[in-house]
Amino acid sequence: MAVLIYTENAGGKFKKSTFEAISYARAIADETGTTLTAISIGDVDPGELALPGKYGTDKVLHVCNGQLKNFINQAYASVIAEAAKKENADIVVLSNSFSGRGLAPRIAVKLDAGLADGVISLPEISGSQFRVKKTAFSGKAFAIFELTSAKKVISLSPNAYQVVEKHAEGKIEEFIPELKPTDFKALVKEVIQSADKVSLPDAEIVVSGGRGLKGPENWGMLEELASLLGAATACSKPVSDAGWRSHSEHVGQTGITVSPNLYIAVGISGAIQHLAGVSSSKVIVVINKDPEAPFFKVADYGIVGDAFEVVPKLIAAVKEYKASA
Amino acid sequence: MKILVCISNVPDTTTKITFTDNNTQFNTNGVQFILNPYDEIALARAIELTEGGKGTVTVINVGEVSTEPTIRKALAIGADDAVRINAKPHDAWFVAKQIASYIQQNSYDLVLTGRESIDYNGSKVAGMLGELLDIPSVSIIKKLDIEGDLAVVEREIEGGKEILSIQLPFVAGAAEGVAEPKIPNMRGIMSARTKPLAVVEPVEVSTNLTFSGFEIPAARGQVKLIPTDDSASLIGLLHTEARVI
Ligand SMILES: Cc1cc2nc3c(=O)[nH]c(=O)nc-3n(C[C@H](O)[C@H](O)[C@H](O)COP(=O)(O)OP(=O)(O)OC[C@H]3O[C@@H](n4cnc5c(N)ncnc54)[C@H](O)[C@@H]3O)c2cc1C
Repeated sequence: MAVLIYTENAGGKFKKSTFEAISYARAIADETGTTLTAISIGDVDPGELALPGKYGTDKVLHVCNGQLKNFINQAYASVIAEAAKKENADIVVLSNSFSGRGLAPRIAVKLDAGLADGVISLPEISGSQFRVKKTAFSGKAFAIFELTSAKKVISLSPNAYQVVEKHAEGKIEEFIPELKPTDFKALVKEVIQSADKVSLPDAEIVVSGGRGLKGPENWGMLEELASLLGAATACSKPVSDAGWRSHSEHVGQTGITVSPNLYIAVGISGAIQHLAGVSSSKVIVVINKDPEAPFFKVADYGIVGDAFEVVPKLIAAVKEYKASA
Repeated sequence: MKILVCISNVPDTTTKITFTDNNTQFNTNGVQFILNPYDEIALARAIELTEGGKGTVTVINVGEVSTEPTIRKALAIGADDAVRINAKPHDAWFVAKQIASYIQQNSYDLVLTGRESIDYNGSKVAGMLGELLDIPSVSIIKKLDIEGDLAVVEREIEGGKEILSIQLPFVAGAAEGVAEPKIPNMRGIMSARTKPLAVVEPVEVSTNLTFSGFEIPAARGQVKLIPTDDSASLIGLLHTEARVI
């Protein structure tokens, strides 16, 4: 028995959500009295492979193969499933990232495993019972499931589990998988990364703007506030529909679901579809000139006022706070 | 080109979510069901890709007879025909097995789903279908073009995007950017009534997951309002009180 964690990397470095998933997988391994093996696929920077050991990984399988340099969903799923079989792993953990969402269902089918996707807390294990909790109805509720199969695949929502340092051996081993030519029917032609931007699904702080900002030309102040706070920027649906911002920034029931530590909503009314995607944020700040805006009902802090007055004041205050810190 | 679009029937986005029977049943009382918004995007792109006699679009739904209005809506929007697998959609695995079994008997060049259904938000069906059929899958795409027997897609990644070229047949989950949803016109609504809707009985599937119940998130405390003149003090509160910066 073992727990297998897929340690996803972006541009050669493990991501924050990867360390969250390692810590989560370690806790499950402890609970079930077994070991934790990581599998890393593709090139990672020197030194990175030593990191999973700091978060409780007993063994790190490293796959380095030119054909697997880029993420190929089908091939990666085969490699991870093969590693799971080799390690005799009953539980496979991944991060519920964009890539993780592609991998988890394929791995589950390969292993004949039940799949719990986007879970937000540790499973409740008692005897053979294995219960998991995930958000449902786009954050309007939680659903609890029991995985009844012998093998289980779990994908963890970003920002749902705290990274915990815990020393383990983290012995690095090369893993040479069998590659099937039929797994390579997809070819990555180009990867476009906006390097200086904080990725929205992983962000700890999100600064979000709505139609109240009047036009794309007014986003400068939100970007400034975001960059001072190390935050990602986001927007409401009408804003991306109007082309003021890209669709990849649209949060809500029909956009990205985020659960940062801090969500700052500027000029957003708080429609039910918008709230669905942001309600699991730990702290919500709402800035809106309309005291009746529904968003205030779910906010922790609110400022009733004109965004064009309030945001510059906040920017000045953050600068002052940073200067004094 | 033959395209299959998998559609689901979900509670309208304005629905206030409540439960009955000790939080084990979703309360459908007064709830309006709609075609899943992401599936509308998938359907719209499928129609665009087959326009002008370039192919056909079939929609498939795993659901009981009560989902037929949603299926008819898809036909009104422009699908050529529809299939309903006559069963309650227990979970993603059950749904994927049903659809895969149907596809195995009626091959398609392209299978589209929505990136997720807005009720359970799983993003699971596309990947499971890909694996069951041993064809490539991309769970969330932002753009889709067909060039001969290749699909060119844009996939979202954290902080960027990836462009892929993929051999058909393949399966993908459509998200915003792929197409603008289409609104049915009068002719579409009229013709939807007579378009073929086949009802197929389900295949047997062993389950690996059982549903235990729902929870409603805890309500937040009262909002703390900060006077506009004192906006700057928010930053201090976020640091000392909320401890998030
Ligand atoms: C099927 C469906 C799915 C949807 N999915 C989503 C979704 O995923 N995400 C989403 O966001 N929406 C979604 N919507 C849309 C949603 O219903 C709302 O229309 C939308 O969230 C409103 O966006 P908004 O708050 O930016 O704009 P508005 O509702 O127009 O609100 C603008 C707000 O700005 C305030 N304001 C104006 N000027 C200022 C100023 N100078 N300073 C401060 N405040 C100001 C106003 O008081 C108002 O509250 C969906 C709708 C449907 C039908």
